[in-house]
Amino acid sequence: MSEQNVSKQLPDLPTDQSEFWILRLYVAGHAMRSLTAIANLQAICEEHLPDKHHIEVIDVIDDPERASTDQILALPTLIRALPPPVRKIIGDLSNTERVLVGLEIAQHSH
Amino acid sequence: MSNTIPISTPRHLAKTPTGIYGIDEITAGGLPQGRPTLVAGSAGCGKTLLAMEFLVRGATLYDEPGVFVTFEETPEELVNNVASLGFDLDDLRERGLLWIEHIYLERSEIEEVGAYTLDGLFIRLEHAFDRIGAKRVALDTLEVLFSGLHDEALIRAELRRLFRWLKERGVTAVVTAERGDGTLTRHGLEEYVADCVIVLDHRVTSQLSTRRIRIVKYRGTMHGTNEYPFLIDQHGFTVFPITALGLDYNVGTERISTGVTGLDEMLGGSGYYKGSTILISGTAGTGKTSLSSAFAAAAYARNEHTLFVAFEESPAQIIRNVRSIGIDLEPAFTKECLHFHAVRPTLAGLELHLATITDQIARIKPSVVIIDPITSLISQGFNSEVRALFTRLIDFCKQHGITLLLTSLSVMGQDPEGTDIGVSSLVDTWLLVRNLEMHGKRNRGLYILKSRGMAHSNQIRKLVLSSEGISLIEIPSSSLQLSS
Repeated sequence: MSEQNVSKQLPDLPTDQSEFWILRLYVAGHAMRSLTAIANLQAICEEHLPDKHHIEVIDVIDDPERASTDQILALPTLIRALPPPVRKIIGDLSNTERVLVGLEIAQHSH
Repeated sequence: MSNTIPISTPRHLAKTPTGIYGIDEITAGGLPQGRPTLVAGSAGCGKTLLAMEFLVRGATLYDEPGVFVTFEETPEELVNNVASLGFDLDDLRERGLLWIEHIYLERSEIEEVGAYTLDGLFIRLEHAFDRIGAKRVALDTLEVLFSGLHDEALIRAELRRLFRWLKERGVTAVVTAERGDGTLTRHGLEEYVADCVIVLDHRVTSQLSTRRIRIVKYRGTMHGTNEYPFLIDQHGFTVFPITALGLDYNVGTERISTGVTGLDEMLGGSGYYKGSTILISGTAGTGKTSLSSAFAAAAYARNEHTLFVAFEESPAQIIRNVRSIGIDLEPAFTKECLHFHAVRPTLAGLELHLATITDQIARIKPSVVIIDPITSLISQGFNSEVRALFTRLIDFCKQHGITLLLTSLSVMGQDPEGTDIGVSSLVDTWLLVRNLEMHGKRNRGLYILKSRGMAHSNQIRKLVLSSEGISLIEIPSSSLQLSS
């Protein structure tokens, strides 16, 4: 995975990088499942990581090479590139609770 | 499936030759074209090598590029592992004839949240196929999916879709799978690959290991049903033996000299039939190796190649010894007309020996093969299994018009006519050499026990080995007395 590639597209990084989240979502075309995953991820990030996340959506139909280099098998796949370590979640992210656990996002107790 | 179907049955099924020595013969032409073939076997039995050689041969012999999808080994590991078989994968990759797609899947690193598909796999395969215009693909091994992902129902649905898609693409696929406990494959992959199933096996008996291959199923075509031993060596995969599916080889009437004038005379005046099988039985020191060497020298005189498999003496020793009886094998040896294969019989099991011999025959393409003696190979007795193996070697030689000369060492005091009975029914000409006691002297005597299809002498002649060569002298019948 090339980190430079991503950092080019990044907005201004906050000083404390450990608090910033870079998430890559690999999907195949505009199928229903792709759209669901994108919407689910956006909603989760808006709520739990406001102003400290960056989502990159990669359509592997347009960029099959990327599917190989990033070892994507199942779709959709979500990869947490930052903060380390790298985490991988597959599926349409329909279960918010489990996405939060998978990404290790601390949940605010309400 | 029976192998009694005549060979002339019209072929309905297009086949893709594997180019792997022996497999095309037992599948009567190769794997089903544009369809998947399942190769099942336990760990370390050669599944990956078979799959890889299928692609390498396809690329080098048939100009069919192939994609190797590896779920277990990295491309670097694969390249190194098969380098010992003489395959230069990097070269094939550079020439666009091979593409290695490494799929890494580790359950502990993946969280499954919600519905997904394996479209990523399809997209990567399609991309790899398009890159090199793949005609062949190897998937080694898809079962990793079962250990890498939780949702088994989804995996099964996706596998079904994968095999349908592969058929639509028209690529000839080899799919490897681990042998299950009491089942063909651990995860039932045979359910999806219905056309052709090959099982590899690796057995150890009496501390000698033998690899075996068997075509369990091949829909819509005839195939060999036996278990065939195979070999993995520096040339890759070799399946042995190439059993004839029938006794349909061409039988010639051409005769070739035995290298001994007197023996030619006894065999109707013109020697052995070309392409026949000859057995020379006798006790120690009765001249079996000398008669074999004379035959090798005669082959050289006809400008033919000989493979001499020696289990008891080194090539140098044989050449030296027979020089003393006027047979010079040196020129044939230095001009590479005479090829020696000298090994200790205990080095490997019978099957492996026969596999190695067949392998050499295929490479050297000799007209004459000598095995001196076969008794070294069959010390455990001539049971039905040993007999089957010899039958295959004999069939193989006959199919290729090779004259096969076997010698057999008889034990003193035992009647060779009785002990060699197992192999003798397989041979066309059977000669016996034994000690004769005449006028207070010990002499060698030779007689022909049988020789199919030719008028032959019923005499016992005195076999004389002198510096002038080998001669067979008629003995007045009154002075004859046998001793063994």
